[in-house]
Amino acid sequence: MIQLLLRRLFLGLITIGLVSGIIFVSVEALPGDSCTAFLEREAEGKRLENCRNDLGLNRPAAVRYFDWAGRALQGDFGVSANGTKSIADMVGTRLRNSLVLALASLIIGIPLAIFLGIVTALWRDRQLDLWISTIAIFAMTIPEFVSATVLILIFSVWLGWLPGIVIAPAHAPISQLLPEVILPIIAISMVMTAHMLRMVRTSVIEVMASDYVQMARLKGVPYWQMVFRHVLPNALLPAINVIALTVAWLLGGVVVIEVVFNYPGLGRLMIDAISDRDLPVVQAIALILALIYVGVNLSADLLTMIANPRLRTLHTRKS
Amino acid sequence: MTSLSDTAVAGQKPLLVRAAVVIGDIVSRPSGLIGFGLVVLHIFLAIASPFFVPYDYKEVSAQLMLQAPSAEHWFGTDHLGRDIFTRTLLGGREALMVTAIATPIAVTWGGFLGVLFGLLGGRFDDVLMRVVDAFLSLPWILVMLLAVVIFGSSSQVLIPTLGFFYGIPVIRIARAATHDVVARDFVVAARARGQRKMTIIGRELLPNVLDVLMVEGAMRWSWMLLAFSSLSFLGFGVSPPTPDWGLMISDSRGFMSFAPWAALAPVVGLSSLIIGINLTADALAKAMGIDRAQKAPL
Repeated sequence: MIQLLLRRLFLGLITIGLVSGIIFVSVEALPGDSCTAFLEREAEGKRLENCRNDLGLNRPAAVRYFDWAGRALQGDFGVSANGTKSIADMVGTRLRNSLVLALASLIIGIPLAIFLGIVTALWRDRQLDLWISTIAIFAMTIPEFVSATVLILIFSVWLGWLPGIVIAPAHAPISQLLPEVILPIIAISMVMTAHMLRMVRTSVIEVMASDYVQMARLKGVPYWQMVFRHVLPNALLPAINVIALTVAWLLGGVVVIEVVFNYPGLGRLMIDAISDRDLPVVQAIALILALIYVGVNLSADLLTMIANPRLRTLHTRKS
Repeated sequence: MTSLSDTAVAGQKPLLVRAAVVIGDIVSRPSGLIGFGLVVLHIFLAIASPFFVPYDYKEVSAQLMLQAPSAEHWFGTDHLGRDIFTRTLLGGREALMVTAIATPIAVTWGGFLGVLFGLLGGRFDDVLMRVVDAFLSLPWILVMLLAVVIFGSSSQVLIPTLGFFYGIPVIRIARAATHDVVARDFVVAARARGQRKMTIIGRELLPNVLDVLMVEGAMRWSWMLLAFSSLSFLGFGVSPPTPDWGLMISDSRGFMSFAPWAALAPVVGLSSLIIGINLTADALAKAMGIDRAQKAPL
């Protein structure tokens, strides 16, 4: 098991290394650099030269990459292009806000998805299942910005129950964000619940058809005891990986939702940074998002291994 | 019902007959019929609507700003006094055109590479999968935004960009599907006969993973539409005054409290197309005997 774990960890590290390379190269490929963005129209001749010397942009790309990656490892992402603000500070508060949004959605979404997934699977093809499954398809296929817009229209414009956009500043305490963050949370957890619900439903249906459940049924195990003892533990195990994948989706979807609701999170900072050509910030955010993704996947693997005795002895797994 | 994947192994029926059978199967399910109908309707509108839209999509009028729906303007007018019915009808053309070309590109190159590396295995396969993983661990929105900022957002650029990036996850799917086939007897036999790798891929592997690739293609199509309209919405995609649903929704958000129709019309347009594609993909998967619900959401 330790060996398998180390292997996973090693692969995760390789992925991070490659990602940092991809990010660095693609940001390098962006037209202009920090100096042309900072100096704007005065970016020519001596001034440009001096600025590039100051920021060390004259060094070869490989040297700059290792310099950047080395500092990033120590949590130092440098300063933003258009000023002297520390990226680590800037990103820190935004990351906190995004995490609040993501965690709240997960806390609502995961139990709801598991409950609804089990209900729809056990009452498969009945009226209830058809309704819930249809709504789930709608929720997961419609683009986030569309469903978010519709939510604002209904709950903010027509009913007037909740604020439609966030006006609190990035560094506001969480309590101040609270009423404004509700609609974004609903928007995200809706899509997320729909994705996970479908997976849980399939998984439960599969297990219900398995030999050991048939056996339990034939032995005369009471229905609910069978469901709780035999079906659910086996059906919910794959759900861990599904949740990990959903979190990965969350990282992309949250960006759009944050823009729709004007929420001061990491995603909106990223969009702003890309528009402003603030390359160091873009690099930092991209790396953080990739780290989260790999970290979440690793912990999902770890959890699955702990929960499933069969995997503990297995050395390799089909990917 | 015998699933169509069995006939694919035999690979005897001509393509047109097979396509007709699959479409018949899709349409025989209520959800498939609705989905397929929506897709056909949208494609028809994208091609034909320029010939019958009532107004000029870029005609601006100060007197007609944000008017409610009426007999002259069925869906009302937007903040520049343009007819929303016209713009909604035209709003899917760019998105449909770009994604309909980019999807086959993505499925073709991703599918081929996936099958190739599924067959070869070994070191190259390991390295490739690390690179694929690395790409997949970046949020799609970041990848697309960087691509648009680097290469631009005209459709000549968006088509290859979408085609490239959305082919990467296809590699994974095609590779997994190939692994299921590679150990089967007829592939082993072909190898034992000493046939060349390209022949094995073309004759034995591709026909058998084609079903999976087609379903995957339908899914990719809807993800691409989502990406395309999200980019427009964020202001990185289609540039005004081209009518585009994502852009229209973004434009109308500021006036939502007193002109909700300006946002609703493109919302309905975009949603119905994406739902249509997804229902069709679902029915296609069932017709092919592939359970799509098992697949991961990405």
